[in-house]
Amino acid sequence: MTDVPQGTTALPIRIRDLTKRYGSVYALNSVDLDVHSGEFLTLLGPSGSGKTTLLMAIAGFNRPDSGSIRFGQDEVILTPPHKREVGMVFQSYALFPHMNVAENIGFPLKLRGISGAERAMRVEGALETVQLSGFGARNIDQLSGGQRQRVALARAFVFGPRILLMDEPLSALDKKLRERMQIELKHLHRKLGVTTVYVTHDQREALTMSDRIAVINDGELVQLDAPEAIYNCPANAFVADFIGESTMLPLTRDDAGALSFRGQKVGDAGTDQAKDWTLVVRPERLFFAGAGAETDDQAIVLKGVLRESVFQGESEMALVAIDDATEVAVRFGTSGRASPAGGSTGDQVSIGLDRSDVIIIPGGQAV
Amino acid sequence: MAHADADGSRSGRHLHEAALKRQHTREQWSILSLVVPAMIVIVLIILIPLSWLFYLSFLGDNGGFSLENYHKMTQYKSYYRIFVTTFQVSMLTTLACIALGYPLAFFLAQLPPRWAGVFMLAVLLPFWTSLLVRTYAWLVLLQKRGILNEFAMQVGLWETPIKLVHNMTGTLIGMAHIMLPFLILPLYNAMRKIDRDMMHAAANLGANPVNAFWRVYFPLSLPGMVAGSLIVFVLCLGFYVTPAVLGGGRVIMVSNQITAILENQFDWGAASALGVVLLVATTFTLYVAARVFKFDAALFGRD
Repeated sequence: MTDVPQGTTALPIRIRDLTKRYGSVYALNSVDLDVHSGEFLTLLGPSGSGKTTLLMAIAGFNRPDSGSIRFGQDEVILTPPHKREVGMVFQSYALFPHMNVAENIGFPLKLRGISGAERAMRVEGALETVQLSGFGARNIDQLSGGQRQRVALARAFVFGPRILLMDEPLSALDKKLRERMQIELKHLHRKLGVTTVYVTHDQREALTMSDRIAVINDGELVQLDAPEAIYNCPANAFVADFIGESTMLPLTRDDAGALSFRGQKVGDAGTDQAKDWTLVVRPERLFFAGAGAETDDQAIVLKGVLRESVFQGESEMALVAIDDATEVAVRFGTSGRASPAGGSTGDQVSIGLDRSDVIIIPGGQAV
Repeated sequence: MAHADADGSRSGRHLHEAALKRQHTREQWSILSLVVPAMIVIVLIILIPLSWLFYLSFLGDNGGFSLENYHKMTQYKSYYRIFVTTFQVSMLTTLACIALGYPLAFFLAQLPPRWAGVFMLAVLLPFWTSLLVRTYAWLVLLQKRGILNEFAMQVGLWETPIKLVHNMTGTLIGMAHIMLPFLILPLYNAMRKIDRDMMHAAANLGANPVNAFWRVYFPLSLPGMVAGSLIVFVLCLGFYVTPAVLGGGRVIMVSNQITAILENQFDWGAASALGVVLLVATTFTLYVAARVFKFDAALFGRD
């Protein structure tokens, strides 16, 4: 069979104390990261956060100042890129324009001395996997963006690498195609079972595709967790702000450790002695409560003035001012049953937040 | 009016159609008019003289149409030798430029753009010096009692002066020097366009640096190299000054021979015929190159 047997080729990646400086700027500041064997891990961060530098270090394209990278048991920090045996999909695809599709995909096989019939068979197998059977003789400039993406993918896994790296591979595609490719990449990952490190700045893409997400900011690993945990329990204000939409409300802490927002208790600091605390409110977790609703054991209710309501297609976004300086965004569905603000701009409204949806993070809201 | 609006058929009405079409035509003509000065120049200094050249070359002694000028060329072996020399010098100069220019262009393409600009200035500097001055400068350097020979003999590299000039060697040295920028510029441009990811991808897929160069980088730089080589080769075919000065009468190329015919025999017919043959040979070379390499792609880039 041309397909790689599941799980047998996956390798864990162990990164320790990886540091890379450009001048006085730390692109990577003592990063520790474990990628489990066979998992789909996404490096997520804003541009300039160091996520691409980290990926390039794993591929061997840049030389870190210090640190260790292990593939399984093997230290590879000094191994040149052509001996690392990792597949990579580039943002620009980096397909060779002077070779046709089959020659591009056959390139890594040719370099490994796989010739003639076997090479042709494996190329065809890879093309089949990415649903491009019969495209072997095409030239690269005859392909659409999505097709190029698939060829780049086929070329990256055809030689059976133990690790697959992807650098924003879908960023050049339009939204519809991108969303379809996200699902396809996920299927392919499951099929190949290969350890995959994926770089993106698109938080939605990260949430859709990953087993775990590593949030990177300013050259440091900020949080490493499953998508749900990243979204529901952000480690700090940066993660809360970068992933998903949110409104941050400052909390006050009393001597007993109780945290409250405008006199309404929302949580407990426990043993944590931090002084500043922030309530993170996701727009879609808020709901419009009845006029007479009050805070109780179930929900926290805030009162305010409806400033604006914007139709956005699949949902509607309302901005509610709970005082002169603070606006809270509320997102609600546009089905007939959804209970929107019910009023027009300037009306008094009450918005509620279930206590189970309360997200509290230590630290101020400044990001 | 109200009736017409209500009618509203999409194909039936042609509001302002004629005026819009006139506007479009006027716009196209005004763009076309931009090339008029260039067209006039081309007609005056290329097409008319060239036609005159062709006409003269077919003019016999008796003033009528005749092939005698061309016939003469086939009679004397010296003409054959002149054409061989011309193509030989052009070919060798082109090869020398590739040997010197490819590594240099590669080096420039690896530099950060700002540093590449500085080095590029060094490459272009000779362009701003007169061709004649540069050629005579080589004469000063290379002659029997020139700087190079004096130095080498003092250091003890060789005993008696080596003949570096007034021969093929001197001609090639001078011509390669003058032609080098013509090769480097298009080659450097082609190399700059090669995406860094290409070499990363090659390495990632298992190619060691040598393999990555020959299988990926070199093929991608080839259009630039072909373009540069063709420019150098074609310019060499008609070159006059450098072979005249540094060849010392031993390297006679077609243009030197044309001058000689005009100065010694004042034979416009023979000189024109020689010019025509060189022009045809050059055109033929370009045609072959265009068929072998994808010429348009080479000159105007791939994308």
